[in-house]
Formats: sequence, C-alpha cells, structure tokens
Amino acid sequence: MPRGGSLSRASIIDWARELYEDLDFTGVRAWLQESPDRKAVGYLPVYVPRELIHACGMLPVGIHGAGDQMEIIKGDAFYQSYICHLPRSVVELGQSGKLDMLSGVLFPSTCDVIRNLSGMWKMLYPDQYVRYIDVPQVSDVEIGSEFWAGELRRLVKDLGELSGTAPDDDDLRASIGIYNEVRTAVRELYRVRNERPWDIPTEELYLLMRAGEVIPPEQFLTRVREYLQAVEAEPNRVRDNSRVVMIGSFCEQPPLGLIKTIERAGCYVVDDDLMIGNRFLASDVSLEGDPVDQLARAFVTDAVSTSVVYEPDPNGKKEHVKAQVEAASADGVIFAAASFCDPALLDRPMLRDGAEQHGIPCIAFKYSENSGQFQQFREQAGTFSDSIKLWGGE
Amino acid sequence: MTKNAGKDRSMLIQKEMIAKHYERLESAPETGEPVVYTFVPGNLTELVRSFGALPLLPEINALQSGMRQKSGDYIAEAERAGHSEDVCTYVKCDIGMIKAGNISPTGTRLPKPDLLLLSYTGCYTFMKWFELLREEYDCPTVFFHVPYQGDGELEPEHREYMTRQLREQVIPALEKVTGRKYDEDRLREHLMMSAQAEDDLVAVLQSAKNRPSPIDAYFGAVYYVGPIFSSFRGTPEGVEYYKALREEVEERMAQGLGPITPVGPMTDEKYRLVVEGPPNWTSFREFWSMFAEEGANVVASTYTKVGGTYDYGFRHDPKDPIGTLADYCGGCYTNINLPGRVDMLVDYVREYQADGFVINSVKSCNSFSAGQLMMLREVEERTGVPGAFIESDLVDPRYFSAANIKNRLESYFQMIDARRVEASA
Repeated sequence: MPRGGSLSRASIIDWARELYEDLDFTGVRAWLQESPDRKAVGYLPVYVPRELIHACGMLPVGIHGAGDQMEIIKGDAFYQSYICHLPRSVVELGQSGKLDMLSGVLFPSTCDVIRNLSGMWKMLYPDQYVRYIDVPQVSDVEIGSEFWAGELRRLVKDLGELSGTAPDDDDLRASIGIYNEVRTAVRELYRVRNERPWDIPTEELYLLMRAGEVIPPEQFLTRVREYLQAVEAEPNRVRDNSRVVMIGSFCEQPPLGLIKTIERAGCYVVDDDLMIGNRFLASDVSLEGDPVDQLARAFVTDAVSTSVVYEPDPNGKKEHVKAQVEAASADGVIFAAASFCDPALLDRPMLRDGAEQHGIPCIAFKYSENSGQFQQFREQAGTFSDSIKLWGGE
Repeated sequence: MTKNAGKDRSMLIQKEMIAKHYERLESAPETGEPVVYTFVPGNLTELVRSFGALPLLPEINALQSGMRQKSGDYIAEAERAGHSEDVCTYVKCDIGMIKAGNISPTGTRLPKPDLLLLSYTGCYTFMKWFELLREEYDCPTVFFHVPYQGDGELEPEHREYMTRQLREQVIPALEKVTGRKYDEDRLREHLMMSAQAEDDLVAVLQSAKNRPSPIDAYFGAVYYVGPIFSSFRGTPEGVEYYKALREEVEERMAQGLGPITPVGPMTDEKYRLVVEGPPNWTSFREFWSMFAEEGANVVASTYTKVGGTYDYGFRHDPKDPIGTLADYCGGCYTNINLPGRVDMLVDYVREYQADGFVINSVKSCNSFSAGQLMMLREVEERTGVPGAFIESDLVDPRYFSAANIKNRLESYFQMIDARRVEASA
C-alpha cells in the first residue's frame, strides 16, 4: 500500500481485496509480530463489543469464514449436510492452523449453530480463551442494560487478564470513541453509496468493510477517508439501474461474485445488512459516565432491527422493511439469505409480508458462501430490475 | 393380571388427563379459562397454573401431529405460504395446522392464546416461532430470556436477571391477561406437587440402571415425560400419574421384566444403548421397532431431559418459588453447552453400563444437531464404546428413510457383536 499523497480508488480496493483474500491473516500476524506483547481476539458474526478487545490493547479480528476460496475437507467432518456453510469453513480455518495466532475467540448469540460452535471450540482449542456472548433479548431498558453491563464487565475482566492490561474507564472511553468514529465512517460510506451508488459500487464498499475486520480501527478510519477522497476524484458513470435493499446476509457472507452479479444485472444495492455487526449500534455511544454502562445501554436502546434480536413490536418487522426501503429511496428488496440460515429464513415470511403489504417489489434467493455459479442470480436480479423499471411497485 | 392392570392404569390416567386437557382447551373460549402458549424447555407451568390459566405447548401439538401422520400436509401448507424448506419443521407444522383450521391432533379445536409466553430457553428458533405466531394471533407476548450456559454454569447475576424478568415482566403480563393477582402460596403448592412428581420420574428413569432395564428410556420414556413436560407438572393429576407409573415400573423391576415394545415384551436385552437427540415422530413405532427387533434397549437418553435435568438433582423448590423457576429454566438440556452435553452422555454410558450410544440427528433442530458429529467422536474417545450416527427429522416424513436407518443400525449392532467377540477372545 503506497503512502503519502492521494491514493487512487484502485489502489485502495486492491489493498482491501488482498486482505479479503488472505486466509492466512498475514496482516494480523504482521501486526502481532511488531511487539511480543500484542494479542489478537477473533469474533464471529453478528455483533460483539469490539471496543472491549481494543481497550485491552488487543486486535479484534472478524472471522467470516473462507468464502469460496477454500476447499472444505476437515470442516465437513464436523457438520451434517443441512447445516449452513459458515461454521464448516470456520472449523476448516481452525483445523488448518490459520487461526492459531488468535488468543481468544468470541461467539455471539447469533443462532444455535454459532452458539454450539462455541462449545466445540472449547473442546478443540482448550488453550484459547473462548466465550459465548449472550446479548440481552429483553426490551426493558433497565433489566436489559443491567444484564448486559454485567456480561460486558465479565468480558472486560477476562480480556484484561488475557492481554495482561486491565483497561480503566479512560481506556474504555477512548476505545468506545474510536468505534463511534468507525460506525460514523461506515454510515458515511453507506450514505454516499445511497446517494450515488454508481460512485461506490457495493463490491468496493464491501471489500473496504471486510478489510476493516482485520486491521486496527484507526487504520480503517484512515482508509475510509482516503477512499472517499478517491471517490470524489474519480467519479463513475451513472447507469440506469434499479435501486434495491439487500436483506438477510448479516451472518454467512455471500461470495463477492454474487454481490457483483446483482449490481451488474442492473440493481444498485443502496442499503444492505452485510456484516451488520460493524454498525449494530445505530448512533454514538455516550462518552459520559460509566463507559460499560453506556455501552450496555446503547445496545438495548439503539441496536438496529435484525433477525438475531427479539422484535418486541408486533408490527416491527413489517414496518422495518417499509422504513428501510423508504429511507434508502429504494425500488425493491432482494431477500438474500444463506442456505440453512435459521435467523434469516425464519424471518423472511414476516419481512416479505411487510414488503408485499406495502407494495414493495421483492425477490428472494438463497446462496452459500462458496456458491460458484451466478447465472441464476444474474437472471433473477436482471428480471427483477427490468420489472421494477417497467412496472414499479404495481 | 395385577401387572397388566398396573400398566394400564398409568396409561389410562395419561390418556384421560390429556383428553380432558384438550377438552378444557377447546371450551376455554366459553368457560373463560385463559390460555397461555409456551414451550417445553423452560416452561413455567406452575406459574401459569397458579393464575388459573391453561398451558398449551406448540411443540407437543407438532409432535402429536407427526405421530398421527398429519404433519406432512401441514408442512406443505406452510411451505406454500412461503416458509423455507430449510427451517424447523415443528414451526412449519404448527403454522400449517393453524392455517388448516387449528384442529388439535386429538380432533378438538384449539383456542387462540390469551398470552404468548416466550420462554427463550436453549433454542433460537423459539424466538422466531412466537414472532411468527404473533402474526397469526392478535394477543400480547411476553419475552423471558434465559441465559445460555456458555461457560458450563450460570452466574448469580444470570439468576437475578431471570428472577427480575419473572417478577417485573412475566408475572405482570399473567396478571393482566388473567385478571388475577399473583398468589405466591398457590405457586408454592404447585411447586410442591412438581417436586413429588419429579422424584417419581427420576426413580422411573433410573430404574434403567437395572439389568434388564424395566423401561426403554427413550422411546418408552417419551410417554413417561409427556405429562411433566407438557401441562401437568405441579398438578394433582401429574402427581397421581407419576406415582402410578413408578409403582408399575418397580413391579416390573421386581419381576425382572424388560420393557414393552411395539414388537412385544423385550425378553432378551441384547444391547444397552444411550441415545442423544429427539426421536423421529412420523415413523415413531417403526423407528422403535428397529431397535426392539434387535434386542436393543435404550437405558438413558438426553431428549428426555429437554424439559428438565431432574436426574442431576434439580427439584422445584417451594421455599424459593421464583428462584427455583429460574434455576429450572437454566438447567434444561438444550441450555447446556456442548462440553456439558458430552459429559452427560459419558456419565450415562458409564452409569447405565451401556454397550454403545446412538445419535439421532434431526434436520430440523440446530440446537441439538450442530456439533453432534464432534460429540460422537468425543464420547467414543472418552468411553471406548462405539457410537452410531443416524439422520432423520422431527415431523417431516420426507426425511425418514427407513431402509437407510435400518441398514445403519444393523451394521452398528454387528459391530458391537464383533467387539464383544474380540473382547472375549
């Protein structure tokens, strides 16, 4: 990655792509080698409080499987055919020694597969710190915040012992502040893409966000600023595409080829839930008062609406689709979920009802992180885009 | 005569209590009895009953629909309505049953819920299930979050989190829909009856430590746990049932008898097995017969612990009525982490002197199934007994391949035989 001067869009994306494709986590290993005291802690989708890992001086590392880049041999011996692909590629990475630089791994309460993987990891890697992260599901602010603050305090204590650096309140505030900036930066990327989707193709946005999962947040912020500058300096040609929201891809990630296919087929993705963990808290966490309490309260009061957290409002699912489409000025919705993904697929009938009741055109398909054939997706997305242009929401 | 009359008695009691329960449910709109839908793991039956409300458990309806060959049509109905072929078939069976008129497996009409009590215990799908049911019924929903035993135990703070939810959210919701005030003395009475029944159930399950075992602790035991898992924990009928059942089993034990199976009384207990995972319900008798015909008897199972791990010592405690409900929920089998589940299987293999263990991996249930292949290897390694892995589903008849399962089981029993020969050589 060249330093100094303004960087080209291509050089930034090439850098991000290299990180995305690097299943050996060379960048993480290089960061660790800079000092013998450094440690890295991995996490699975969807949401973990990365601030706490950072506050302990460790590098948070997103583990998003191996995509379509790795043949799964060992991982398949751990899972039946009817279980999604992500955990088998995570196990493959682990069994191939590609995650051996991690001192710990956090498994959030995304679904029962990731939950049970936490237990498997405990048995497979007894020397690693392994923690299941049970986020609060109750909407009562006091009860939920109290529980979650307790969980976060236990996590801070454990991570402090793991790193050898127990963070004080100022450390925690500083890390929360950094991640406030990260969320702001991601939201800015999403805002600009929404306004000018031709200028920020989702492929590029996605690669940047994936890079952000394996580098220090400070470096990510720099890259985002550079990328936005490059976007202004190198505008793209406007295409006659439809504007769609992509819903259901928050955990197992689609292959990059699928994201490209959707856009090339005539659909600008103007909002999505890809890797939604990096913007799970919808606004800044307050830096006043007790930092752990503030982080806990922010989750209970300000988490985005997703399939992995209970929706207390009976109309919440349906209204959320409408609100998301309206906010994004989108023409339609593509429900794109990983095969056998319980959260996305169990939610889909409710979300789809919401879209249809509000006259929002939608299509649905399933993918796997290692899907290799995109013809059917191209045809579906292309037809969808054409139909939106011809008939709109009728 | 005594033996048969004794056996018949518990079966008759169960049949009668279930029939009466469904009749009460059917007439609830007329009688005004409030109806609370909830789930088996982490069910708060005593609390619900203390408000004079009737519990209704969708999983029980789904499995009963499976046993009565109705689930296939219900699942198809749900899939036509847009539900994915990839997700839990209990959910789709339930949704399909509602769309088909909401007639219970016994033929009675099911009432709409006055309250959806979402006890979120050990299964992610529960959350979505009641979000989906909420779309069908215009009724309040109360959420009760039971933390998972990720580290193998729950902390005092987790207990406090649960008891706060019970006091500040669940109880007020029940008060509102039933119009009754919370009556702790009444709850204590129910809890006392629960503990009595739990003592008897544990005695029944642990009778399988005998040789021969007087019970089948999986196929047979799903009938035994039926009342305590569903609506009858903490009721006089439940106490009577478990007392009668225990007497019958003890009588069989005294006479050195094996269990009654679909192919007749088991007279030669050739293989003692532990089973992990729920059964297949659509071909339940056929599935059981595949074991019984070979003289394979299940002496312990984990599925019979999804509604409570009583054999590990837990009893509902009337002295701490809210705390004990929290403890109960936190300890249900699917709320235990994978290392804990492996420990339990290892314990069972050893304590029940099993010759092997079988994992029935069901497509529908990731809570059970994700990680079972690793459990298989761990338990084999730690106990030295061979394991078998078979695949089916809960209530989707498309996923029960009798020939495949039978072949696999036959090969498995041959392997146990071969090991015995090797060991005696």
